[in-house]
Amino acid sequence: MSSTAIREPGTSLSTDELLNVSDLSVEFSTRRESVQAVNGVSFSLQKGEVLCIIGESGSGKSVTMRSLMRLLPESRTHIGGNITLDGQDVLAMRNRQLTAMRGSKVSMIFQEPMTALDPVYSIGDQIAEGVMRHLGKTRKEATARALELLELVRVPSPERRLRAYPHELSGGLRQRAMIAVALSCAPKLLLADEPTTALDATVQIQVLILLKKLQEEMGMGIIFVTHDLGVAAQIADKVAVMYAGRLVEYGLARDILLNPRHPYTIGMLNSTVRGQDRSVDIEAIPGNPPDLRNLPPGCAFAPRCGFALEQCSAAQPEPAARPDAGYARCIRLDETAKVAERHPIKA
Amino acid sequence: MTTEIGPVAARRADAVTPAYKPKGYWHTVAERLSDDKATIVFLTIIILAILSAVFAPIIAPHDPYATSMIARLKPIGTESYLLGTDELGRDMLSRLLYGGRMSLAMGILPVLFAVGIGGLLGVLAGFAGGVTNTLIMRTMDVFYAFPSVLLAVAISGTMGGGAASGLLALTLVFIPSLCRIAETATTQIRSLDFVEAARATGASSLSIISRHIIGNVLPPVFIYASSLVSVSILLAAGLSFLGLGVEPPTPDWGQMLSNLRQAIYIQPLVCALPGIAIFIVSLSFNLVSDGLRHAMDVKS
Amino acid sequence: MTSVSNSKTIKPNTLKAVPPGDPRDRGGALQPLLLVENLRKHFPIKGGIFNRRVASVKAVDDVSFEVLKGETLGVVGESGCGKSTLARLLMNLIDRDEGALVFDGDQVGDQGGISLRQLRRNMQMVFQDSSSSLNPRLPIMDSVAYGPQVHGTPSKVAQQTARELLEKVGLSPDLFASRYPHELSGGQKQRVNIARALALDPRLLILDEAVSALDKSVEAQVLNLLRYLKTHLSLTYLFISHDLHVVQYISDRVLVMYLGEIVEIGPVDDIYSTPKHPYTQALLASQLSMDPAERVTEAPLSGDPPNPVDPPSGCRFHTRCPFAETVCSQNTPSLGKRNDPQRHSVACHMHEPGSGHSRTQSPPVYVPSHGAATPKNERRLQGAL
Repeated sequence: MSSTAIREPGTSLSTDELLNVSDLSVEFSTRRESVQAVNGVSFSLQKGEVLCIIGESGSGKSVTMRSLMRLLPESRTHIGGNITLDGQDVLAMRNRQLTAMRGSKVSMIFQEPMTALDPVYSIGDQIAEGVMRHLGKTRKEATARALELLELVRVPSPERRLRAYPHELSGGLRQRAMIAVALSCAPKLLLADEPTTALDATVQIQVLILLKKLQEEMGMGIIFVTHDLGVAAQIADKVAVMYAGRLVEYGLARDILLNPRHPYTIGMLNSTVRGQDRSVDIEAIPGNPPDLRNLPPGCAFAPRCGFALEQCSAAQPEPAARPDAGYARCIRLDETAKVAERHPIKA
Repeated sequence: MTTEIGPVAARRADAVTPAYKPKGYWHTVAERLSDDKATIVFLTIIILAILSAVFAPIIAPHDPYATSMIARLKPIGTESYLLGTDELGRDMLSRLLYGGRMSLAMGILPVLFAVGIGGLLGVLAGFAGGVTNTLIMRTMDVFYAFPSVLLAVAISGTMGGGAASGLLALTLVFIPSLCRIAETATTQIRSLDFVEAARATGASSLSIISRHIIGNVLPPVFIYASSLVSVSILLAAGLSFLGLGVEPPTPDWGQMLSNLRQAIYIQPLVCALPGIAIFIVSLSFNLVSDGLRHAMDVKS
Repeated sequence: MTSVSNSKTIKPNTLKAVPPGDPRDRGGALQPLLLVENLRKHFPIKGGIFNRRVASVKAVDDVSFEVLKGETLGVVGESGCGKSTLARLLMNLIDRDEGALVFDGDQVGDQGGISLRQLRRNMQMVFQDSSSSLNPRLPIMDSVAYGPQVHGTPSKVAQQTARELLEKVGLSPDLFASRYPHELSGGQKQRVNIARALALDPRLLILDEAVSALDKSVEAQVLNLLRYLKTHLSLTYLFISHDLHVVQYISDRVLVMYLGEIVEIGPVDDIYSTPKHPYTQALLASQLSMDPAERVTEAPLSGDPPNPVDPPSGCRFHTRCPFAETVCSQNTPSLGKRNDPQRHSVACHMHEPGSGHSRTQSPPVYVPSHGAATPKNERRLQGAL
């Protein structure tokens, strides 16, 4: 797919490319069956850019992100395609190079910080450990750096929190502590797997604002996986929408969110509750996501799609250029455009 | 294009899901089990052992009690005595087949009884909580405090030996651990939403236990119980070996091992036969239990 | 995009609207279906050698409100605000420390009132976690049929009822009745949970975060289903959620909880257009816009909600409130007398003349899409009006 004439939105051809993923596929196999979790996914990320991968459960968004760090169980997973991070081929890396890459060039933050933080070490120790291992600092220097990091993520009274254990912190502070651990080695790329989903609305907004600020200050790239379009609007430069393991629409955040073209993106925006008229039903996407164990040969969304034609189920649609810099994998973009004009999306 | 809204559209959409035959939990377990070749092999051994014990009167070539002064301690492969004879000239093959009846019964029955009693007590303790729980579980802890072999020997000894007292002793030994497993499982399940939902319909505790708790407690109890069978066979053999189990002349592997040990230098292979039988059967139970554990962990 | 075409036709509705004048109705349309008075639940925290009560979680503290017949009352609040405890208290799944429940004029558990068993026929609950709320060892039809069986319906009849209910919630019984929960998607499981709750033909349905764990597209389906069932089965909903958009869409009235107390209650449009409590204003301002050009750059509140074990004195929100004054930490504000259930009430000193707060004359105003009112950005907001 990388060979298609779609240009990368928002950027000129430059050497500022931090990450390039082309034709990524991930297959999980057991003795009984194999699951094609990710299929032909390509995207790229410039230095200091935020890409949101949007999708619902089972769309392959988390798998895509984990494969960038090669965090999937090696024995049962087959990763195909190319991942180039900062000029290095990730899929060709040996274990030692991988370990060096994780935590120094790339860090990850998760939805549930309790599972990512070690309950028996204090927050300060956990941040310091990363600093010592990857930057070769002494314990004293590392602890000083840990304090700086807690200040950086705006943890109140950081000296005291340095000695606190994860269970002693509230949900929002824990999330900040995990971000501090992830930032301990000033990564070039931060992978964020729904880090604000479990938080309350008033805390979520705080964490999102913090992440955006840190990202701008440190100039790091972020790949942010979420199912929440509002979160994407808040933080993303570029947006990639995934469905059943494929990237169905890709482009600049404002283009995709305000002017969606792929029927799935349109459906997802329409079915998101946002001040709709209470007297009518929400325009829900009918049906359920497909079974990844036996995907239809054509467009996986066709069975649920109001625009579907017969040829949609026959062959996988190629990416078609949107009026702006993005693309959508749909053969009926002209028709979807007409509908989108009649019913503008409510922000 | 017509506009269809709400549940109508949603309803149709769900009906679009292709039909497939629903599989129950135990069905899935059986399917996963059939994938596991090693477990199938050992399960076959167990089934063969049980069948041969049940049909011992038909299969056995000789009367297991018929002694013969002239055919004592014949080696394996002697004509008409396929596995030789024991110190009283009785046919080893016949005695092993008959002995299997007693040994397998002593392996399986105490565990079954203990599953019934211990499991129920555990479910009760887990579901009721509070004082009931404390009372039941602390009583179990008292039993736990003794080493199981010692406890079995002590109970069986005070009751004067014999198969019945051996059975009782082993049952009592296994109750505490099964009770604990059932209690842990019940406590976990009790806090799940579907039990709350059942309570919200106004269902009685008895109804909730029988309909919602037992079925979910059974798998972990069952897995643990299957691993206890091999322990039970070994303990029963031990009791018989000490003269506390089955009374002679009724054959039993443990007791046969004990009687033949004087002849170990004369016919070592024949003397080892009951031990090998114990070893194979208890090992099979153990490995099948492991296989079950894997198969029943359906979540993965 | 509104249209979804499909050549397949669907059976006509099996549902009939319940005619006006529900035979189960007793007190008339104006009598609240459920009246909650001074409900209180403190969970003890035991500790020390003698397992003594060392502290208590004040999960629900002196909560009073009413659920009107045929309405949807939305309950919003953050984690730890006591909304799930409230649901379980109303269902009598946990015992209340204090307070009374009156169902259609009958006091629950009172002599001559309504018994718990009768209450449960009339009031059912849909749980949040669709996977743990179904027995994994029972086919879904049996899970749905269980309730009626408990109340003495023969199993054949109960199973027939279950099949009809599955049809109503959009699951074809021929395809689904004998399936097990692990064979269903999250949305399908939640439909089964709804069918199970409807099996006793209740009048009030408590939905505790019933759509929160679902994907957006599935959430929309289930919300539509809930709307549909409500009109056709003349149900009343108590809809608990942390998602303000969903609550706005589905509710007629809204109740906002903070740390076990009601801080604001009123008709949905009043709450969303002119929220009075600074907490409600902050909640609304924390909603994310879909437009990347309208990013929030300043968080309306800082910090997390405090621990309900030891809630702040006075107004429990004063530790996070940008307008807090000394009076706020000393006196507890009240919602005031509520004779009219449609009244918009708020428990805030700034809206209580004579409370001693300096801003009783000019309480902060909330302007939608301009962020929350804080002393800092207030001038800008006033200008926007």
